[in-house]
Amino acid sequence: MVLLIVLWGLLYSVPNLYPDDEALQITTEGLSLNSADIEVVTTALEAAQVEFFGVEGNDTNLLVRFDSVEDQLRAKTAIEDALGADYIVALNLAPTTPNWMQAIGAGKMNLGLDLQGGVHFLMEVDMDAALERRMNDNLSNVRTILREERIRTRGLNLISNSHLEVRFANAGERSQARSELIDNFPEMLFQNRDVGDIFILDMRMTADTILQVHRDTLQANRTTLLNRVDALGVAEPTVQQQGANRIVVELPGVQDPAQAIRILQRIATLEFHLEAEIGATSLSYEPYEYQGLLVNVDNDVILQGDRVSNVRSTLDQNGLPQVQINLDAQGGTQINRVTRDNVGRMMDILLIETKSRTNTSLNEDGEEVEEIEFYEDKRLISHATIRTALPRTFVITGLTAREANDLSLLIRSGSLAAPMTIVEQSVIGPTMGRENLEAGLRGVQVASVLVVLFMLFYYRVFGMTANVALIMNILLIFAVLSSFLPATLTLPGIVGIVLTIGMAVDANVLIFTRIREELSNGVPPQQAIDAGYNRAFTTILDANLTTFLVALVLFTIGTGPVKGFSVTLMIGILTSMFTAIVGTRSLINLIYGGRSVQKLSIGRYRSSKQAQAT
Amino acid sequence: MGVRKIAAAISALLVVVSIISLTINSLEFGLDFTSGTSVRLNYGGTVDLDEVNGILQNNGYEDAVVVSFGTDRDIRIILPVDETVDVQDQAGQAVEVGATIAALLRSNSDAQISLLGSDYVSAKVGEELAEQGGLGMLVALGIIMVYIAVRFQFKFSVGAVVALAHDLIVTLGIFSLVRMEFNLNTLAAMLAIIGYSLNDTIVVSDRIRENFRRMRRGTPIEMVNKSLNQTLSRTLITSFTTLLVLFSILIIGGESTQGFAVALIIGVIIGTYSSVYIASNVIIYMKVTREDLMIPLKEGADLEGHP
Repeated sequence: MVLLIVLWGLLYSVPNLYPDDEALQITTEGLSLNSADIEVVTTALEAAQVEFFGVEGNDTNLLVRFDSVEDQLRAKTAIEDALGADYIVALNLAPTTPNWMQAIGAGKMNLGLDLQGGVHFLMEVDMDAALERRMNDNLSNVRTILREERIRTRGLNLISNSHLEVRFANAGERSQARSELIDNFPEMLFQNRDVGDIFILDMRMTADTILQVHRDTLQANRTTLLNRVDALGVAEPTVQQQGANRIVVELPGVQDPAQAIRILQRIATLEFHLEAEIGATSLSYEPYEYQGLLVNVDNDVILQGDRVSNVRSTLDQNGLPQVQINLDAQGGTQINRVTRDNVGRMMDILLIETKSRTNTSLNEDGEEVEEIEFYEDKRLISHATIRTALPRTFVITGLTAREANDLSLLIRSGSLAAPMTIVEQSVIGPTMGRENLEAGLRGVQVASVLVVLFMLFYYRVFGMTANVALIMNILLIFAVLSSFLPATLTLPGIVGIVLTIGMAVDANVLIFTRIREELSNGVPPQQAIDAGYNRAFTTILDANLTTFLVALVLFTIGTGPVKGFSVTLMIGILTSMFTAIVGTRSLINLIYGGRSVQKLSIGRYRSSKQAQAT
Repeated sequence: MGVRKIAAAISALLVVVSIISLTINSLEFGLDFTSGTSVRLNYGGTVDLDEVNGILQNNGYEDAVVVSFGTDRDIRIILPVDETVDVQDQAGQAVEVGATIAALLRSNSDAQISLLGSDYVSAKVGEELAEQGGLGMLVALGIIMVYIAVRFQFKFSVGAVVALAHDLIVTLGIFSLVRMEFNLNTLAAMLAIIGYSLNDTIVVSDRIRENFRRMRRGTPIEMVNKSLNQTLSRTLITSFTTLLVLFSILIIGGESTQGFAVALIIGVIIGTYSSVYIASNVIIYMKVTREDLMIPLKEGADLEGHP
């Protein structure tokens, strides 16, 4: 058993010794890659005289390896130029561990930003704004419904971002309105209130609905951020929810936070246009490609994207995919007016994104300088015939399921559901990250050597078993970190490991002092070993369990460094209990077991304790 | 042990001094808990802090604080959040400030200055973190009290928690006395100290429990003393190995972990002292008896042995 666990530890910690190759990962939005793409890439690299190897890939992504960072960067520019803007070329590191190791899930530890450099953002979603937006939407819906039903009101007011009131001149109109509205707003609570001769209908969002709005908003913003981070070409970014209204974004390797901020706050919108009429002057339209055809899109914007309140991909009654677009009240009026007058014409929807690209050029000194340039990328995503005057909610059909999905995703990723603020930000340079990692690992090494020497000196053979256990313990911690836990090693995490090294020998110290004590009481060696392990066990259990509890509390409520520290501390406590008790015991049994022993090599045990105690 | 009263007096004094220092000096809260922007810069050679400060003061950064950061080549410049800027744009502005300051210093110095990184924390997050940290300590202390009360006895949990509170107050007191920065790393260290000191206290308590159960004779004070002596060598060895490790982090672990190591070194020394003198003292003052520690099932049988 012990042997098995040790082997497991060895197997899963070994991959950390294989250095990674610099690599580029090439993916493309929604489309699939084929052999033609591979050829484009290899030709481009050969033309740029960049050495590369190990091209591998499948439908969705392609990986090319390089010898050095310089090659990697040169290759990135070359490939980007060759493939064009539809492809995302991300700097990446490719593992060099043998395939069979990867197959059993043995890989490297994830390093935190503080160990490899990068940008960390904590973004807070403005939930009040999200609620207000939703409530404003509701307000205009109420207005439209009441107008359609010809119920007269004496005013509609937003009281708070979860409460609105409608005023009526008499109770009859109010109850009529109430019965009309109640079906349309199942998520609202209705209440009558009279102030003098004004009859008020209060509509409040239920607590559940508010929570749901929060959840939806956070999820939508996270999706948007994910899409945007993808566009940045960052390998292995983290976009995680934290708490009820925050999102953590970690971008390893990104060295220009200003650029990252601009991209994350990127504005992408939709524009609704009509197709240019035949014979229109060439100044009044612009041609766009759509499914292999050129479409002339009229320059007049009939509706701006900020009028879109929601986009969903659904199936119609025949089971065919469609994209449902919801507009806000004003947008609804606008689209209705325009489409009513243009039935039979084609309506075009453009997706407009602000993107950035890096241009490399030579300056007057002949040095290469990089410059970030922002540009608008316009794409025609829908080209469909207007069959009837469009209401606030309409669908676009004639798309494949995948196109419908992509479209709704693209549109949704285009706009943030609620504004976000960066509340915490940290930029760690690559040099600093490497220094942190090296210093941390050196700390682990020196600390281990010192402790090992001390134990050997103080407890002799028993000390040696404790040392073996200690090394096993470190291996196991690394193995656990690199295999089945999605944990990230950070600097405080390394400190946690170092601290466990100091404390891991504690269990052995407890056992060994106990054995020495028994020996000085005149107990024969084999029995002394037995008694030592048994008596020390409860103490070790109590001591470690309480420490584990503290670490667990830290893990649950802490963030950032506190969490990183508590994870390794918890792992360390568990593995050290195993190695210090079970591990050393089996070693001691190997050395002293099955024979009668006269003397144990455990250092001097004729201590002064006995004299003091009596 | 005769030193008991002296130890109690020393501890009382330490705690009082710490509390006074904490109220007067307060803690030097780091950026994590307050708010603002910090810019880390590396100079090719030794930096003259006064010179850097002068340059910043003359160029409109009157509120900037320049501190050295680990080595004499690295500095950290801390700036308060610019309240005139919209919250939405503060982070972006913080990044620009970093680049601007680096450029400013470069133009005023021959040294090779590189921007190592920058941090920005908004006022809101800082406040929350401080609350979270305080809450964390309270929750941790509460859970420990319950665990020890269940595993041992209520008097032991009072002893352990008093010892822990003592450790935390004195460590924080030392931080405020020497004006060391208190940041997220030091907070993590505080929590580690809870774990470490607790470890020590439990080992001693465990021995006290065992001795009370096994030995028929002796006053509670004698038994506590005996237990302390029996565990003393272990307490010292463990503290020694832990300190060995901590000093190696302090010396070679790099600047980012120094605060952490210092906090833990102080904590380990105080924690070792408190588990020997404070926790057991409290247990004695609370008049621990043999009955407190009897295993309930055997109570009937054991009672016969009592007068």
